[in-house]
Amino acid sequence: MKSIVDAPDSLFQPNNHEKSVEEVDQVTIRFAGDSGDGMQLAGSRFTSTTALFGNELATLPDFPAEIRAPAGTVAGVSGYQIHFSKSSIHTPGDQPEVLVAMNPAALKANIKDLAPHGLIILNSDTFTEANLKKAGYESDPREDGSLQNFRVVEVPITKLTREALKDLDISDKDKDRCKNMFALGLSFWMFDRSLTPTLEWIEKKFASKPEIAKANTLALRAGYNFADTTELLPVHFKVEKAELEPGTYRNITGNEALSLGVIAAASLSKTGVFLGAYPITPASDILHYLARYTEYGISVFQAEDEIAAICAAIGASYAGSLGITATSGPGMALKSEALNLAVMAELPLVVVNVQRGGPSTGLPTKPEQADLFQAMYGRNGESPVAVVAARSPVDCFYKVLKAFQLAVKYMAPVVLLSDGYLANGSESWRLPKVSELDPIEVKYKQTLDNADKFYPYERDEKTLARPWVKPGTPGLEHRIGGLEKEDKTGNVSYDPENHEKMVHFRKEKIQRMKADIPKLEVLGTDNPSDVLLVGWGSSYGAIYDARERLAKEGIFVHQTHFDYINPMPSNAEEVLHSYKTVIVPELNLGQFAFILQGTFAKKVIPITQVKGQPFRVNTLVKRIKEILGK
Amino acid sequence: MTKQYTKKDFASDNEVRWCPGCGDYSILTAVQKTLPELGVPKEKFVFISGIGCSSRFPYYMNTYGFHTIHGRAPAIATGVKIANPDLSVWVITGDGDALSIGGNHILHALRRNVDINILLFNNEIYGLTKGQASPTTHYGQKTKSTPSGNPSRPVRPLHVALGSEATFIARTADVLMKHMQGVLKEAYYHNGGTFIEILQNCHIFNDGVFKNILDKKIRDDRIILLEDGKPMVFGANSDKGLRINALGKLEVVSLEEYSVDDLLVHDVKNPDPGIHFMLADMEPPEYPEAMGVIRAVKEPTFGEQIRHTMKVHAEQAATPNLEKLLYSGETWTVE
Repeated sequence: MKSIVDAPDSLFQPNNHEKSVEEVDQVTIRFAGDSGDGMQLAGSRFTSTTALFGNELATLPDFPAEIRAPAGTVAGVSGYQIHFSKSSIHTPGDQPEVLVAMNPAALKANIKDLAPHGLIILNSDTFTEANLKKAGYESDPREDGSLQNFRVVEVPITKLTREALKDLDISDKDKDRCKNMFALGLSFWMFDRSLTPTLEWIEKKFASKPEIAKANTLALRAGYNFADTTELLPVHFKVEKAELEPGTYRNITGNEALSLGVIAAASLSKTGVFLGAYPITPASDILHYLARYTEYGISVFQAEDEIAAICAAIGASYAGSLGITATSGPGMALKSEALNLAVMAELPLVVVNVQRGGPSTGLPTKPEQADLFQAMYGRNGESPVAVVAARSPVDCFYKVLKAFQLAVKYMAPVVLLSDGYLANGSESWRLPKVSELDPIEVKYKQTLDNADKFYPYERDEKTLARPWVKPGTPGLEHRIGGLEKEDKTGNVSYDPENHEKMVHFRKEKIQRMKADIPKLEVLGTDNPSDVLLVGWGSSYGAIYDARERLAKEGIFVHQTHFDYINPMPSNAEEVLHSYKTVIVPELNLGQFAFILQGTFAKKVIPITQVKGQPFRVNTLVKRIKEILGK
Repeated sequence: MTKQYTKKDFASDNEVRWCPGCGDYSILTAVQKTLPELGVPKEKFVFISGIGCSSRFPYYMNTYGFHTIHGRAPAIATGVKIANPDLSVWVITGDGDALSIGGNHILHALRRNVDINILLFNNEIYGLTKGQASPTTHYGQKTKSTPSGNPSRPVRPLHVALGSEATFIARTADVLMKHMQGVLKEAYYHNGGTFIEILQNCHIFNDGVFKNILDKKIRDDRIILLEDGKPMVFGANSDKGLRINALGKLEVVSLEEYSVDDLLVHDVKNPDPGIHFMLADMEPPEYPEAMGVIRAVKEPTFGEQIRHTMKVHAEQAATPNLEKLLYSGETWTVE
């Protein structure tokens, strides 16, 4: 069968027979509990095991902005969703088919997402009157019929965990903290997964705390064995390995991939990288990750604020390093003046914006694509920067490399847009060989080269880049700054003709990057269509799946994706104008649609969503059909 | 062998465009006269500034220079210094640039002890924007933005620096050419971040603001030139001094009543910042204004700390190998 929800009810009836194993094509499971319940950990361990088994997978954690919101409340619920399959997938799944709910609040917060006939495994010990009240339930959902559309398995997880650990000399609090391992063990049985990778992980993780390691091991095994013997769970499921391209794989989040990309940039350019950063959700992981790998030539500077973070990165670029700063929307707002200095001083700089819901502090832990205008236009004056967007967690690695390549070659700042969905979501990555990666060529100007004097704003004919000179180079002393520059000499100039010329140079320089970016690719062309779906950034996967699902219904549409927003690929106009209907789904109120219409005078139809959640494939399919009148 | 430079070598071909009579001219001269004496190749100097009259300074120096944005020069200089520790990095700033919009960066550059030299030209006014009150403008002073008198209390730059744990603080003035050069030199040789307040006259919008201290006729009685290891004597006839009285306060005494042995001996290395704070706090008419290096203590610099932690980390970490790193963690192979 395709999915668990297709399984007949009879399979779930307790019986005395052998337990059956049913094969399904794919599963989406969500672990949900209090933010202190260790659900992120359970989710990520489940993910690792699933990846090692060989399924295709994508994940999406969903956690509250507060570290510990009041226990037992809906506000404090933390979730982790995994979609795994025997064939290729592009999203963490629309609707979970399995929900592991550790308390009433977790049930309440997530039940609306669960697919009809989905399976709920809940910790029955937590369904006390007090907890139900805290979660905002007026009656017990297990008894009032509100769960009748689902299959419910009640397991006294707290009690069983304590029982399993009764002989251990650790506190009750520590015992209760192993509940997530019990739930995980149970889930491993549910999907016929091995415990070995998690057992090994526990050994390593708690090497210095053998009692805790033992407790986690016992709880994990207890969960598995309970599921294996109890009559409550007569069936379990199996998802066959996916047919993957040969190679070595690892599972990776967007923020990890981006950080590895920065480390790779240092190696490939043989140049020091300087990260200036200030803590901000959801970008801080990049700071944490890179701080652990300084031996790769990464200087990590935790600045006093977002402004100092970018300024120090600009200073480092000026001194000959590869400057980068990583932030999210509010930090980006603070950096705009300094980013403009990098535009004027024509220095290489990478600015990463891991977008979150805005405006203002907004939704710190939730994704949105609403900082596109900010990246494109959020500065005073005519101030073009290159804008690149990652389409998937793995793509964050390749796009940050590309951002450095462009920044260095064209001596210009590059903004890289990621978002909370890519940052914390994960997928499996077929690892590249280092020799397959494009080098980053760093060239400093070191001598006068027979010129009469040094001209800091003399441009390369092809790229329009000005020379990069490291302070300390004899004979090339010069001054730069934020005041308008005279063409070639770089002296301060208020001349009207010169200003216009320089404004055009700065714009044209970004446009010249087209030579280094790939053309738009159109997907779904097996069948002709006059409808084009246009995406950018993280909605790639959802649009991809929506297109495929439509095709299964006989509705054929094409798809293209903009990884480069400034400049746009050279065939963008041609591609757009070859379709009668152009539909642009994005997680904002139509920013990219606005840019496309303004740039190409082509009417496009936006599909917008601002819920702090990625697109669901179902939603896209429905709305595309509405637009097409199908 | 480093070339023997002269002042001229450090003058760029940009025409200097401060108002005639501006105190900035003499500061520029002092810097251009001091650098040749340091024996450092010209290309190793970098001047980084923010926004304001003083911040035009880098354009006039024939060295590397970066005229950046308002208040942020210390942050940019921090990046430059970390990226290339061999450079001699100088920040040129003013009272508005450093203490108003850039206050945060001054605080952190100093507490980290980033090995850069910060020269704060203090004219107690916004000059480039034509005469508004700055963070050092006197309480009650009438300016363009405070026509009924400045309602804000001023801050003293050296207090900010001391409060930020600066390892080197000094004060000098645009009219004290030789003194200025001496202080600049000491700043260069200090291993760590330095902060120098330079009293500077804005001839157009705040003319004579330091007249009560620096006017030639009264100057000797209104300032004290501090020298490390020397008793604190001052006055036109060297007839006055500073001592700590029974209440633990600084007191101006006459050398007719007290002997030099009763006076406080200046100790720039005193780890206790208390006396340095009292010295920085002195103001005429009750006290002379302290000039010279007030504090110079030895602490590890930010660069040294960073390089040390990176070294310790590198010794513990595996040899860098990008391919290995990419293939680390839980991997699996598909045949």
